[in-house]
Amino acid sequence: MNTKRNKYMNSYVAGFLMGLLIIAAYYFSGEGLGSSGGYRDMAFGAINAISPEYAHSNPFVAPHVSGDHTPTHTWLVYELLGVIFGAILSAALYGRLKFVIGKAPHISNKKRIYLAIAGGILWGIGTQLGRGCTSGLVLSGMAVNSLSGYIGLLAIFGFGFIFAFIFKRLWIKKTN
Amino acid sequence: MGPLYPQELLNPEYNLLIGALIGIGFGFLLEASGFTNTRKLAGVFYGYDATVIKVFFTAALTALIGLFFMHYLGWIDITLTFYPKTFWIPTLIGGAIMGLGFVIGGFCPGTSLSAAASGKVDAMAFIVGVMLGIFGFIFTYDTLWESLRKSGNMGKVNIAQWIGIKEGLFIFLFTVIAIATFWIFQKWQDSWKQKMSEEDINDLGI
Repeated sequence: MNTKRNKYMNSYVAGFLMGLLIIAAYYFSGEGLGSSGGYRDMAFGAINAISPEYAHSNPFVAPHVSGDHTPTHTWLVYELLGVIFGAILSAALYGRLKFVIGKAPHISNKKRIYLAIAGGILWGIGTQLGRGCTSGLVLSGMAVNSLSGYIGLLAIFGFGFIFAFIFKRLWIKKTN
Repeated sequence: MGPLYPQELLNPEYNLLIGALIGIGFGFLLEASGFTNTRKLAGVFYGYDATVIKVFFTAALTALIGLFFMHYLGWIDITLTFYPKTFWIPTLIGGAIMGLGFVIGGFCPGTSLSAAASGKVDAMAFIVGVMLGIFGFIFTYDTLWESLRKSGNMGKVNIAQWIGIKEGLFIFLFTVIAIATFWIFQKWQDSWKQKMSEEDINDLGI
């Protein structure tokens, strides 16, 4: 059975439109599309709200809290708010707006949630060490031919293929 | 001439509004193209779903070619934009950590946000993990990460200049590589599709 729920926009059309958005981000704001930077700004905001003293003493946070506005008042945070709204809009249009756990069928819900948290933790560390994620570091970096974007691409997907081989059973069921 | 905001040709409020509007488009496209389905994302590593590679490389190529011509025509000065500096050592190590996180967690930060917004509970768990990881990084920054994060600083490096070829030639070569990659991943997906159950094919929408 093929319902609207399984229908996706043509990949090349979606990619082309996403490319235009990156151009717009650079043209208007001088920014690349990013994600992990917005998460980081939210963390800075939380730390600054709980303990401004600590925020000013931590060398990683301090440069972002010394201004006259809150650390969450950034382009990336507003962009992420937009991402939430845009995703809801699309999911509603395609009839996909509902609570589900995405996973390979042979993985239990509990296992999937634990693995998602573990994977998230790795991303939290990796993005701060590597200066961005698949959007800000790789996609937006590649858009301006920055060497860092290509190093990020090769590292994330290159090591990704190696780890995918090791952890094949998380996604592919063993066949007889 | 762009970029507008860095040259004070756009007021800060409008700049943030544009950020939100671009975000809406980004979130919409991530959802519409299937990036909120964790199985489709993981499919890039096993070859059963070519969506990620097609969307990702098409977006990169479109932006790369567009910005290159805009720069050439004098419509935008790339040097005034967010142009990332290259710190090759932490980016390589951080990238490896992210690669492991991708395979284990099935998302990346941007895709998880759009997936969580559309109701994917596993993506919400992933975001909790990302925030835990970032807080952990911040709290251990000066003891564990600071010297590593600042190592391998090469400054702002253009890959074409670094290799020693013209930028236009690099873009041409990358375009050829991307088209070859599309073809390989399409073939790979087609070969998987023949042995997949109807249920799986429907779930992936391929």
